[in-house]
Amino acid sequence: MILRSRHLLGLEDITAGEISLILDTAESFREILDRPIKKVPTLRGITVLNLFYEPSTRTRISFELAEKRLSADTISFSTSVSSVKKGESLKDTVRNIEAMKIDMVVVRHSSPGVPYFLTNCVESNIINAGDGAHEHPTQALLDMFTIRRKYGKLDGLRVVLVGDVKHSRVVRSNIWGLKTMGASVAVCGPSTLLPYEVERFGVDVYTDLDEAIDGADVVNIMRIQLERQQAGLFPSQREYTNLFGMTKERLKRLKRNYTIMHPGPMNRGVEITPEVADSKSSVILDQVTNGQAIRMAVLYLLSGKKEKEKEEDDE
Amino acid sequence: MSKADYDLIISGGRVIDPALGFGKEADVFVKDGKIAQVSTETDKTEKYAAKMPPECVIDASGSLVVPGLIDMHVHLREPGREDKETIITGCQAAAAGGFTTVCCMPNTDPVIDNQETVKFVLSRAEEADANVFVIGAVTKMSKGEELAEIGDLVKAGAVAISDDGHFVQNPDIMRRALEYARMFGIPVISHAEDKYLSAGAIMNESFQSTRLGLKGSPSVAEVIAVVRDIKLAEFTGSRVHIAHVSTAGAVKAIRDAKAEGIHVTAEATPHHFTLTDEEIGKEFNTNLRVNPPLRTKRDVEEVIRGLVDGTIDCIASDHAPHAEEEKDVEFDQAPPGLIGLETTLGLVKTQLIDKGYLNWADAIRKMTYNPARILKLPGGTLEIGSTADITVIDPEKRWTVSETKFRSKSKNSPFIGWKLKGKVDCTILAGRVVYQNK
Amino acid sequence: MTKPQEEILLDDRKITRAIARIAHEILERNSGAESLVLIGILTRGAYLAKRIAAQIKEIEGADVPVGLLDINLYRDDVHSKLDQPIIQRTEILFDVVDRNLILVDDVLFTGRTIRAALDAIVDFGRPRSIQLAVLIDRGHRELPIRPDYVGKNIPTSRDDRVLVRLSEKDDREVVVAVKGGLKKAEKKSGKKADGESSKKGGTTK
Repeated sequence: MILRSRHLLGLEDITAGEISLILDTAESFREILDRPIKKVPTLRGITVLNLFYEPSTRTRISFELAEKRLSADTISFSTSVSSVKKGESLKDTVRNIEAMKIDMVVVRHSSPGVPYFLTNCVESNIINAGDGAHEHPTQALLDMFTIRRKYGKLDGLRVVLVGDVKHSRVVRSNIWGLKTMGASVAVCGPSTLLPYEVERFGVDVYTDLDEAIDGADVVNIMRIQLERQQAGLFPSQREYTNLFGMTKERLKRLKRNYTIMHPGPMNRGVEITPEVADSKSSVILDQVTNGQAIRMAVLYLLSGKKEKEKEEDDE
Repeated sequence: MSKADYDLIISGGRVIDPALGFGKEADVFVKDGKIAQVSTETDKTEKYAAKMPPECVIDASGSLVVPGLIDMHVHLREPGREDKETIITGCQAAAAGGFTTVCCMPNTDPVIDNQETVKFVLSRAEEADANVFVIGAVTKMSKGEELAEIGDLVKAGAVAISDDGHFVQNPDIMRRALEYARMFGIPVISHAEDKYLSAGAIMNESFQSTRLGLKGSPSVAEVIAVVRDIKLAEFTGSRVHIAHVSTAGAVKAIRDAKAEGIHVTAEATPHHFTLTDEEIGKEFNTNLRVNPPLRTKRDVEEVIRGLVDGTIDCIASDHAPHAEEEKDVEFDQAPPGLIGLETTLGLVKTQLIDKGYLNWADAIRKMTYNPARILKLPGGTLEIGSTADITVIDPEKRWTVSETKFRSKSKNSPFIGWKLKGKVDCTILAGRVVYQNK
Repeated sequence: MTKPQEEILLDDRKITRAIARIAHEILERNSGAESLVLIGILTRGAYLAKRIAAQIKEIEGADVPVGLLDINLYRDDVHSKLDQPIIQRTEILFDVVDRNLILVDDVLFTGRTIRAALDAIVDFGRPRSIQLAVLIDRGHRELPIRPDYVGKNIPTSRDDRVLVRLSEKDDREVVVAVKGGLKKAEKKSGKKADGESSKKGGTTK
């Protein structure tokens, strides 16, 4: 089994075999994080650019650490100023940086499709670290990795994704990945935060959290952003918490060996109570650790993958 | 030197003139830039042709000879963005697409909301390869706040008013515009899109926008706007023309209004009867970013049904050139719009005629007689004595849309690489050949 | 295409004997089992390490810890390949510091695998000594590396393939040489193989 693409743009077009390969590889990399020297020389000589056009702390740090632990050379470029305002196009920015001999680009951008766009601009391997509300494949992979480590499988599990489904790339990537791996997926949130025809993803759709989590194995809770309230998508934080906040009382509805997840950053007391976040069924910190293993696995599996034509030359 | 009886003869073609209900093999004779004769006695043509230089006799056998096509909705970008298109290049593109008349929208810089700018455009158009008619702005700067000097605009030559690109959101302003325009007998062309419902939208709101995480504009944003303007047209007794109809709901609203006798007309673009929003996710091709956005399969079907049953009167390209560097960006940063003058005819043939929706006479009517009637333009017919604006079409010619062949200054077409059928052989403007397919 | 000719180098009895002898030699040289740890290079070196540990247990009654090591992350040719080899899980659940560490692999060829393994081991700590045990030494070293314990020295041509098949993983227990087998494999995968059977993901699986 190999990855078919030389980029990781999303999980929509990734097969179960490819996901398994990434998760299995991450399992091997996870061990490195427990060693006294948490570093291997694998990507020595590979230069990775972390191109973050959106503020991000944990994803950027996670990628940077994953790169360093594989001995890659890394540079990070963060800006919240859009390329248009800056006066230099994204294409020019990336091509200029690539001219400094970059091998891989990890990109976070507020516009959906930017990772795809970059594959047409530069030769590097592109890894999507979140493009608008479109996809965030490494987050979904680490979520699946965390679930699989606990249950030994994904197939047949019931996973509920709660919160701002409409604006969440994490939800979309999780839906694609989990469904490909045979999990049963439900989404739940206020109807104003459920996107048009969301059921066409092949998920069960709920607006009542108690119903949604009834008999579920895993609840993955999304951050709710205050801006959504200002945009009139729900009336108040108080009402949101009452209707969609994950509380200890609600946990009773889950299956016995349930798991609580949150991709972070958390609004304690809003979408999740501190009791739930810190309970022993919460794997929120495992997600963070596992994120490194997943990102190491993705970097490793994509590194050195060249364009198709070049492969043929090598034959 | 013996003077020939005619300046130009187009012989052997099938002449289609929906205005006259004419459709048979005939020869068209041009003299002094006017249609001198349309004759079915084709055996007599030879004796006239013999007296003329060979380049003045166009052999149209196997081709269609139709009134010069009219595109009532284009953006020529001049004044202001001559890097994207000029009146000259836009009209070259028009000629290459078989259009002898285009109507340009006022969203230039400055906006065509005053007499001077109308005059400027018309003066630039004097040497162009197509007739240019100007659509003036409804409101000053197209801001939707105060009426432009519509009387002045009409006096300078404007044939309609529109704030195209913007919906006149305030219904009271739109009411006044309709009432005021009625004095001059011109229609108000409505870019029907409720701005509150479509705020920030990048594409159609559908499962595709859900899938891609792009902000969607709901179809109801168009439907509400269309219904409002129909009701205002009914109330004021004025004429409203709905630009680029893209939704099933708008088609239905217009159909119902027409049945009630309300003075509403409508147009549809080739991209809205050809493409769906499913194309966007394939490559995030920014040439698919357009406003109104590409809709669903059902909307496309209903737009076609509207064209078939006459609900939609016209086919217009909404030719909207954009510079390469503006389109070679993140999908949601790209300006909306695509060029269409040079692909409209091929798409009409490939998507509508070959699929059995329209026959040539219906299609030509929507690109000649109907827009001429709505905007009270001269032309749109081959009637004897009218200006000799003529398009000769090779209906079976197969061709591939190529970026390098566009006469438009811009290349922002989503149809690059498409294989189409039906191409212009020859475009004649007032008796002068302005385009000939090599 | 005709199947290439295989020559049997060791049969199952000879493999068993070689492992027993290596176990005895290890004990003799290290004065017993007390300080020992075994690390087998995945995949087949790991089975051999487990077998040696079992032998030691039989002889001395002592349990010697066995670790498993995937050396792919330490290879020097990772970027010259089109697709990365599959990484197996490294499992060294004991402290290597101050132990006499016996590295076990099936075939010693160019020495590059052992170089990678040495790099990997130092990331786990500083053993008192590192010794190398291999079932087959086929020569053609490209690095200054020599084994301490050898099941059998076999002179080979550089282009030959040496395949170790063990009952834990394969349907037979044998060591064979395939004449000119490497030339083809190398051409196809664009990589240089070291010991044949320990390579993950390549053409030898």
